Amino acid sequence: MLTIALKMLFRDRAKYAMLVCGLAFCSLLMCQQTSVFCGLMMWTTATVRNIGAPVWVVDAKVEQANEVIPMREIEVERVRGARGVAWAVPLYTGIEQARLSDGSFQNVQLTGLDTGTLTGRPMEMSAGRIEDLRLPNAVVVDQVAVEKFRHKGITIRLGTTFEINDKEARIVGICHVDRSFFGQPYIYTTYDRALEYAKPTRKQLSFVLAGPAPGISDAELATRISRLPGLRAITKDDLFWLTVWWYIKNTGIPISIGTVVILGVIVGIAIAGQTFYLFVHDNLRFLAAFKAMGARMPTLAAMVLLQAFSVGFIGYGIGVGLAAWFGNVVLAKEQPPFFMPWQVPAFVAVVILFICGFSALIGLAKVARLEPAVVFR
Amino acid sequence: MNPPANPAVRVGNVIKSFAAGDTRTFALKGATLEARFGELLMIVGPSGCGKTTLLSIICGTLNCEEGEVNVFDHDLRHMKDGAITRFRCENIGFIFQQFNLIPTLTAVENASVPLVLNGVRNAEAERRAGRVLDEVGIGEKRHSYPNQLSGGQQQRVAISRALVHAPRLIICDEPTASLDAATGQKTMELLKTSALQPDRCVIVVSHDNRIYHFADRIAEMEDGRVTGLFDDPKNYHPAL
Repeated sequence: MLTIALKMLFRDRAKYAMLVCGLAFCSLLMCQQTSVFCGLMMWTTATVRNIGAPVWVVDAKVEQANEVIPMREIEVERVRGARGVAWAVPLYTGIEQARLSDGSFQNVQLTGLDTGTLTGRPMEMSAGRIEDLRLPNAVVVDQVAVEKFRHKGITIRLGTTFEINDKEARIVGICHVDRSFFGQPYIYTTYDRALEYAKPTRKQLSFVLAGPAPGISDAELATRISRLPGLRAITKDDLFWLTVWWYIKNTGIPISIGTVVILGVIVGIAIAGQTFYLFVHDNLRFLAAFKAMGARMPTLAAMVLLQAFSVGFIGYGIGVGLAAWFGNVVLAKEQPPFFMPWQVPAFVAVVILFICGFSALIGLAKVARLEPAVVFR
Repeated sequence: MNPPANPAVRVGNVIKSFAAGDTRTFALKGATLEARFGELLMIVGPSGCGKTTLLSIICGTLNCEEGEVNVFDHDLRHMKDGAITRFRCENIGFIFQQFNLIPTLTAVENASVPLVLNGVRNAEAERRAGRVLDEVGIGEKRHSYPNQLSGGQQQRVAISRALVHAPRLIICDEPTASLDAATGQKTMELLKTSALQPDRCVIVVSHDNRIYHFADRIAEMEDGRVTGLFDDPKNYHPAL
């Protein structure tokens, strides 16, 4: 009877197309929007992932990775003095203004790496060598800088110069790193030179990056460092989630994207649920005939469920496929943000299962109440 | 083959009522009837006399409140719902007034449904259904959908569906009501020649007096009771 159920579904082309389109649209909407949300959250944590240090030490009041409360230089030594610390280096991050050769300005995310070790260096260089940062006035820019400068009519090559706060910067490398939430290019240089580029303030140390000694976990090290007065140490993973949750709680992003996702669910329930109800309703007389001919309720339930989940599966496949295609296209352009971890299609699958289950239940309720004798009326 | 000695269907003093709000309407008020193997029994009577209700009770799609319902020595009143459904699936073929062919299934797929319900695999069920369609003279239309068939052709598919699993009881509810006179006659001829067997019983509910002569016996109903049984349908003249 299951084959017959599928034939009844697939050959009712108008309703079948409507059901598949409704569920595909619903899946696409949820998958695409949730992936954009995940992409945005990835952007918010770009600094954490680009630097990649196991433990981040910040001022005790810092709540997330993009919030910098400058600390005194001495904090690096305090962290190094904590038990279980294998190494600790300073990191500078700050928004600075770059002036290009044509006189135009561009805000940049200046990142100063420890001069000796270059800890937190970009993993992927598309031109030049990161070690050349130790040359005078040397900086490494990311692919966003190349793009942004090109839009202003300046082609970046190794050796191109520009100014940061009126001080010359010479490009010795181009790297590929994850882009930041606000879209400013990452400019890497050494810590000491970063302090020269930055506007002078009493405290300038943004983060202390630390690594644990053998046999000590990142979490344990973070706990030990946090015991130092005025400091807070956070593991990379914890800082990632702290930042994500901060943006979820303090920005309108989840509400605006959540609204679209909820709309997707409503559209799915409204279109797919209603069409499936109509589909079952139109077939009620035939289902009653099946019942009269000896079809038992579990058989009819299996037929209805198979029909509901078949359209769900097909619609889901099309929707997620379209979302993945969209992602592929936008990833080539790197915006809007798009990141589809396996949890996104899994979440959409659960919602589609719910919609199909709900639609099937409405249909089944009618079938269960169906008197086989109705075929004689 | 000699027909079995016991009657195929025996209903005695069956009472059935339907409630609507505070009022209760009695559809059957003690109907009694026997149908024998190898006969085409026609239940006739005016609209609302309880013909279809009696038919529904005989095939187990409706329960009665009182009385005896015995089909092939099975007491339907004391069988559980699941057992009745299984019994119906194996033993009863249906021909409905509106045909009830699934519009999205071809003729052969429609005709194969009872076999599939009895656990026969689809390919085998369609092969056997195709053979029955050949027998009722509509084999060449096996891949047509119901909306591509005339009323008579659709009724032939419905007859094939009723016969395909070789049931012992065929239930026909107004089989000619949706057909013109000539097609109705042909359908009844087909029903009589294809469906009727010594070990099988055909019960037809109809108020189409043009087909009464196809019956072996006629049971006349009025006001929820069987008021007369006629062994000579050719000379049966319903009361005006």
